[in-house]
Amino acid sequence: MAVIEKVYLDYAATTPLDERVFQVMLPYFKDFFGNPSSVHEFGQIAEGAVENARETVARCLNASPQEIVFTSCGTESDNLALRGVAWAQRKRHGFCHILTTPIEHHAVLHTVNQLSEQGFEVEFLPVDSSGLVDPDAVKALLRKDTALVSVIYANNEIGTINPVSEIGLVCRERNVPFHTDAVQAAAHLPIDVLQENIDLLSIGAHKFYGPKGVGALYIRQGTPIEPVQTGGKQEGGLRAGTHNVPYIVGLAEALQITRNELPVRSHRYIEMRDALIQCVLQTIPQTRLTGHTIQRLPNHASFVFKDLDGNRLLMALDVAGYACSSGSACKTGDPRPSEVLTAIGLSEEWTLGSLRVTLGRSTTPQIIEEFSAVLPELIRKQRSLS
Amino acid sequence: MDRPLVVVAMSGGVDSSVAAALLVEQGYRVIGMMLRLWSEAGTEENNRCCTPDSMAQARKVAQTLGIPFYTIDVRQRFFDTVVHYFLEGYRQGVTPNPCIVCNRVIRWGALFNQARALGAEFMATGHYARVTAEPGGEFSLLKGLDAEKDQSYVLSVLNQNHLAHSLFPIGNFLKSQVRDLARKYNLPTASRADSQDLCFLAGGDYRSFLERHIPDSLRPGNIVTREGEILGQHLGLANYTIGQRKGLGVPSTHPMYVLDKDVPNNQLIVGPKEELGSDEMWVNELNWVGKSEPAKSFQAEVKIRYKAPEIPALITLVEDDLAHVKFERPLRDITPGQRAVFYQGDVCLGGGTIVKKGAKP
Repeated sequence: MAVIEKVYLDYAATTPLDERVFQVMLPYFKDFFGNPSSVHEFGQIAEGAVENARETVARCLNASPQEIVFTSCGTESDNLALRGVAWAQRKRHGFCHILTTPIEHHAVLHTVNQLSEQGFEVEFLPVDSSGLVDPDAVKALLRKDTALVSVIYANNEIGTINPVSEIGLVCRERNVPFHTDAVQAAAHLPIDVLQENIDLLSIGAHKFYGPKGVGALYIRQGTPIEPVQTGGKQEGGLRAGTHNVPYIVGLAEALQITRNELPVRSHRYIEMRDALIQCVLQTIPQTRLTGHTIQRLPNHASFVFKDLDGNRLLMALDVAGYACSSGSACKTGDPRPSEVLTAIGLSEEWTLGSLRVTLGRSTTPQIIEEFSAVLPELIRKQRSLS
Repeated sequence: MDRPLVVVAMSGGVDSSVAAALLVEQGYRVIGMMLRLWSEAGTEENNRCCTPDSMAQARKVAQTLGIPFYTIDVRQRFFDTVVHYFLEGYRQGVTPNPCIVCNRVIRWGALFNQARALGAEFMATGHYARVTAEPGGEFSLLKGLDAEKDQSYVLSVLNQNHLAHSLFPIGNFLKSQVRDLARKYNLPTASRADSQDLCFLAGGDYRSFLERHIPDSLRPGNIVTREGEILGQHLGLANYTIGQRKGLGVPSTHPMYVLDKDVPNNQLIVGPKEELGSDEMWVNELNWVGKSEPAKSFQAEVKIRYKAPEIPALITLVEDDLAHVKFERPLRDITPGQRAVFYQGDVCLGGGTIVKKGAKP
């Protein structure tokens, strides 16, 4: 397969593996292949690597190592957090009320939908037109029987960063476990679970230049939770299954690098992002920025264009050499209005024409300049077709 | 990046897959594309033009060939044009050919325009037909080399701009050769179901489709002779085609055939075989493939259905959009709503929609 000579502007979908991460992973495929659960030295070496990784992740999030559970991805972390806590809360206290938002990733949304079929009462918090959740709304809707609150840290489609710390505080005061899906946020924000009153936090490595197929869940000590995947005693009995040692090592290394480089990179991203947003809003008629203007991920620009088929725009961009996203992946040419864009109050004539441009380590101001120059004409042509 | 860009309409079947492969081999920069067409809710799985299965197959072919692949949604447009045309035809008591409309407004409409807007020089399809550039810059539409498989009939709605930017890579091959090429390129060799069914019926029958959309076309009424004698009851005009003999349930000493449909009075007009045939008809919605209109009156071979034999005829342009066709011998199945397509040898001149048979327009 040939190397793709196109510009990648879809870093919120996934990122390439950092070479430094790749190197630290390599020994654990063949040389140190042991099963961390084994008694012998092969196993002990592997176990050491996993535990080191756990310490690194804990340090990056300001947690304790025993509060970190490794999973197969961000989605699994969300599943474990929601199901695990919901089940435990129902069993121990009979609590069946789940409070979440309409702007969650499907990993959360579809999980709470299933829980609601299984007798849980799921209630959705309101969001404002920028996608923000109001901590006061959480306070108002919390009940005696609330089992769990789950609010996305930073939304994948519109980039809005929620006041997680304030929401966490509201929940903490009422002793309700608070989960946040930080799969996007972890790549760009200095997360501190202690400071931010977070009880459960999901991350996935491939969003921050780690490998695909590995994630982690922070679970504050004392949080009621049951395993979802049962089997062996790995991960304190909360996540059975042989450890994916090289990937766990990779996740930790990638998170550490991300944390180290975050201040410098964020600054660069914000400059490019704001230049892009300004240019798009100025040069393209009938355009809106989606999500919050300031409280948004540093690398994240998202728009809606009125009366445009977003899928066709992505195709035209790809042909022109730019890989972007509409925010929610769809390859079947079957346009459905995104739940998130609908939740922030956009009508269908807007929601179908969404574009998400997310920047990454290879993005340069020149790329953004060139992209900004190409986009208006592509949109004009696509609009003229409908 | 200098190689000309071609968008190939892919179905996942052998013909369009081989078309794409040939273009890749010829050095074009190739993009595969598939249209999401309309099906009634719940039947999308069976729409043979764009099932999830055929989409997966086309995607796989694109991956095998190393070309990008996209799907574009034209469901609303398809419904508003093709399905609407189909229903309108039955409402008016004719037998429409929606595939012709699909080629005109969907394939060489939505898809063609999308391809051009992307900067593609050409749109290619897996049709058995050929395009040649004549001296003087005119393009001709020719039958496919494989006479059995020739699909120029359904392309007779194209114009010079379409031909200038269309490629039919398999038009120069026999079907058997196309299959061999598919094997050579390691592509699927199965043809898409060669069904006469319409894609948007998705395997369902058109009567129940009509029942849901225009129940009036299935309203029972009288079966009458030209003289107005009532012979029996029909089950809705849409159930019958011109020339039909079986299933009328009319007691008679000699076989009776469907001659005509009287929509305003919801009557099915029948008569003996002698009254069925006609050696003339009228066509409108004319399209000429060539650069200029043909002579006022000219000889050509005429096909009155996709798979009908060619019959020599004299075509006379009467008005702007009305032509008279005089066959050299009577035909029994001239069916209003179907497309008449004109040929001179291998060259497809264009066509028109049959309005009525007989001497009077």
